[in-house]
Amino acid sequence: MSQRPLSSFELEQCLENCLDAVLSTRRTAEAPASELSAFTRRQQEFVLHWLDVIVSSNSEMGFQFVSHVPEALRLLPVPEVEKWIIHFMDVYDREGLYPGSAAVRGVGLFAQECRIESMAVDFSSIVRVLEHFIRGLSGRGLKLEAGEHVFTDTGHIYLPARLAVFVSEKMNFRLYKATAAHLWAQTQFGTFRSTRNGTGLMKVCAGFPQRTRACRLLNALETVRLNACIERELPGLYLEMMALQRELAPIEYPPQWQPSLHRLRKPAATVQDTVDELRRLFSCRQTPPAAFCFQGDLRLEDTETAMRGRQQQEKRAFRLWLRQIALDLKAVEAARETGSAVRFAASWERAPDPQQEMSLVLQFDGTPIDPPDDMQLLSRSILQDFGEIPHDYLMPAGDAAYPGTSRPADLPSNVWEGSYHEEGAHLYNEWDFRRQHYRKDWCVLREIDVHPSDEPYVDEVLRRYSGLISELRKTFEMLRGEDRIARKQSNGDDVDLDAVVEAYADMHAGMEMSERLFTKRRNLERSMAVVFMVDMSGSTKGWINDAERQALVMLCEALELLGDRYAVYGFSGITRKRCELYRVKRFDESYGEAVKRRISGIRPQDYTRMGVIIRHLTDMLEKIEARTKLLITLSDGKPDDYDGYRGEYGVEDTRQALIEAKYRGIHPFCITIDKEAHEYLPRMFGAVNYVVIDEVNKLPMKVADIYRKLTT
Amino acid sequence: MQKLIPGTTLDGRTLKTEEFIVRDEPYYEPQGAEIELFHAAYTNQIPVLLKGPTGCGKTRFMEHMAWRLRRPLITVSCHDDLTASDLVGRYLLMEGETRWVNGPLARAVQIGGICYLDEIVEARKDTTVVIHPLADDRRVLPMEKTGELLKAPAEFCLAISYNPGYQSVLKDLKHSTRQRFVAIEFDYPPADLETTIVVRESGLAEDIAARLVKFGGMTRNLKGSGLDEGASTRLLVHAAKLMVSKVSPRTACRGAVSEALTDDPDMRAAINELSSSLFA
Ligand SMILES: Nc1ncnc2c1ncn2[C@@H]1O[C@H](COP(=O)(O)OP(=O)(O)OP(=O)(O)O)[C@@H](O)[C@H]1O
Ligand SMILES: [Mg+2]
Repeated sequence: MSQRPLSSFELEQCLENCLDAVLSTRRTAEAPASELSAFTRRQQEFVLHWLDVIVSSNSEMGFQFVSHVPEALRLLPVPEVEKWIIHFMDVYDREGLYPGSAAVRGVGLFAQECRIESMAVDFSSIVRVLEHFIRGLSGRGLKLEAGEHVFTDTGHIYLPARLAVFVSEKMNFRLYKATAAHLWAQTQFGTFRSTRNGTGLMKVCAGFPQRTRACRLLNALETVRLNACIERELPGLYLEMMALQRELAPIEYPPQWQPSLHRLRKPAATVQDTVDELRRLFSCRQTPPAAFCFQGDLRLEDTETAMRGRQQQEKRAFRLWLRQIALDLKAVEAARETGSAVRFAASWERAPDPQQEMSLVLQFDGTPIDPPDDMQLLSRSILQDFGEIPHDYLMPAGDAAYPGTSRPADLPSNVWEGSYHEEGAHLYNEWDFRRQHYRKDWCVLREIDVHPSDEPYVDEVLRRYSGLISELRKTFEMLRGEDRIARKQSNGDDVDLDAVVEAYADMHAGMEMSERLFTKRRNLERSMAVVFMVDMSGSTKGWINDAERQALVMLCEALELLGDRYAVYGFSGITRKRCELYRVKRFDESYGEAVKRRISGIRPQDYTRMGVIIRHLTDMLEKIEARTKLLITLSDGKPDDYDGYRGEYGVEDTRQALIEAKYRGIHPFCITIDKEAHEYLPRMFGAVNYVVIDEVNKLPMKVADIYRKLTT
Repeated sequence: MQKLIPGTTLDGRTLKTEEFIVRDEPYYEPQGAEIELFHAAYTNQIPVLLKGPTGCGKTRFMEHMAWRLRRPLITVSCHDDLTASDLVGRYLLMEGETRWVNGPLARAVQIGGICYLDEIVEARKDTTVVIHPLADDRRVLPMEKTGELLKAPAEFCLAISYNPGYQSVLKDLKHSTRQRFVAIEFDYPPADLETTIVVRESGLAEDIAARLVKFGGMTRNLKGSGLDEGASTRLLVHAAKLMVSKVSPRTACRGAVSEALTDDPDMRAAINELSSSLFA
């Protein structure tokens, strides 16, 4: 096909051929033909092709089409023009010629909508940036989610799945940001803090005859207050938010609102002032002004339910911290003896400069105690809700607050009858925190092989995640590829001049001349030995087990590349008499078929008793020659066994075993999969390095990533 | 701002470290009792370990202490190729003769100066062998090559720094090393103090400096949730200096802070949004 555009004469002939039926002496194809001659041959062919198609339905539609397609081609790219054609033919099919040709003529409007659509911003494209942004603002993370309603329940911020309010991507992004910031401000500046008489906003609104109107008015008033807070704290953001609103329509307040505006904009205004103003304006029969574009809803019921759940958790966590502090102070025993309760006092210290965060000051018996950072963070969240630490938070938690302890312990105790013996088993001590000493040879551990599976699991993972794995290999190759010049070698590729000079000088000084006079390019000697200890307890059933196996496959692939020595063991068991360590890959075994079949054979078994396993693997690592030794545990974090190994006991023994490992020159690192981020984790793993992963599907990449960071 | 005044005698390219006397008082804003603590350790001849994240004023503190104690300060930035003989010394050939040349550590011992080994964990493992006898009550530096033992005078002080923030197990300080030192912990100063520092170091107006410090705090909120480290005082001082040179605040924050902190585009975008929230 020639690329030369058709001339207007040639085009007119083509059009006439097609449109013969609807043309006349007064209605010719001359004008459209001349316009179309200005387009490329490809665009012309496109028009002629579609003309054929359209005329086969209706000639008049064809004429309308050629008259407007030049405009369409100027406004839209070809694929969008095609959408327009399909759109108007659809109208024609459904509604007939008149609406059909109107749709053809409406090409300008169609183009505008297309443009708006192409400027739309999706939630998924902004969620990561905004989540970081919100966390940066105050340090407290709020989870962002797309939802039907735009609001916050103080734990989440729900945003629209898509925004196309403005004809610019940048503006739509800003609207997302402004909305998230406004909802963040509700949590930060105490919208949901209880008011003077201790009631929440839900009760306040319920007290009005027209609940919905009251709630709308409340939202509008509270927005005045929050805007002022944002203006003071984040002036740049404030200007942006106002500019967005101006772009749409400025918000005008009726004259009766002036006193409210004045009051709510004061730095000291709280939600109580908002409620007072609501009462005043409600009785004036005021309808609220239009909502700001970033305002969102107040869904007080949802928010209060979510808050109650979170507050309970925070209360428990706070009291657990107190318990820990009380234990460290040995105050618990003292109180038990005297029969009194352990009580703390809390107050707040505000730095002279108001920009700064308040900090918690704890006192026990008049002695100030420095709260740990995590507790400090937690207390700030409590402060946001209550403006203080409520009285009942200041009682240290009792034993029952630890997980698992509330479960009945009346399980059958002799699972052992018949076959029990201790031959060939390893015996280990266990730490009893109540008595503060070890129970000697308390645990009986055996090593057994994982039952290999014939499923082609590993190959499947390799196939399914080939992209991820090759990416992973690249990052690990870079590690390995870090060639460096080793100085003072006894042989090598080049002479080490510095060494020669030094040796020569040494020789002159009467010393023996060194032979180490060469440089050599070589990979950094990594001399690393690592054991992975994988949770095979019953609680890993399902997702976690699968993620663990997948993580192992990816790790093995990466570690094979690095050449680090590694071993993989699974663990589980029932009671102290039957702790089981499942061999997946020993140090001296290569990553071959047998290992792969064992990885695919990893299945959830029974309970979790981590201390004994850590002690056994520490012994094992100690016998290995390597400069750096790592023990990486992969678990769902719940210490839990049949015979009382749960709650505080299990937490304390696990902690103790990790500390022992550390003192024996091993670097333990704990990876925990736990959606709820339980409060006892810092206690259990805090003495060593650990991370909590809340999304199971991220585990495989995360584990490899952690390993890389740990060892470079 | 160069506080280390090399003496007038510059022979060739060697700087005579003996003359690293800090003449003018280096500006240092104490955060707690660190000055008293260091002083007490010094008088008791106990070596000092400075712990803390990058750019929080450790080096500045050492310069300040050297000035207070009127001792020369010799700083060695450790790297992974730094060997024991780089610290202790080596024989060199000069005009057909061999001459022993002291390394910075030996020189500091000889003249009773303060030797500051910055980022000690980066050094090769054999360096710890030479600092151990110097860091306990023997206070001697073994010089393997010459067969001598250098006894440190009372004025000598060994200080090392260490950033515990690294995750890597390879960069962990061994217990046998750390337990020889009195540890002083540093962190980024509280906001009002940090503002004072930024103002002093850059000449930026106080209200803008306060906002900049607030921005720094925001980036520190992100530590552990996508950022390995938040902005250090040093980065804030850099940003402030750019602003004083008429760079717009947003651009200054972008250049001095967000680009320096991360390569992750989403994180960088978020940090830029944070700075534009504060600076119109
Ligand atoms: N307390 C302080 N008083 C005065 N200036 C300070 C203080 N803290 C930080 N600074 C400023 O921060 C800058 C960086 O500090 P410095 O170089 O001492 O950091 P550092 O802790 O040694 O960092 P690194 O670990 O990266 O070597 C200093 O140049 C100074 O401008
Ligand atoms: Mg420094």
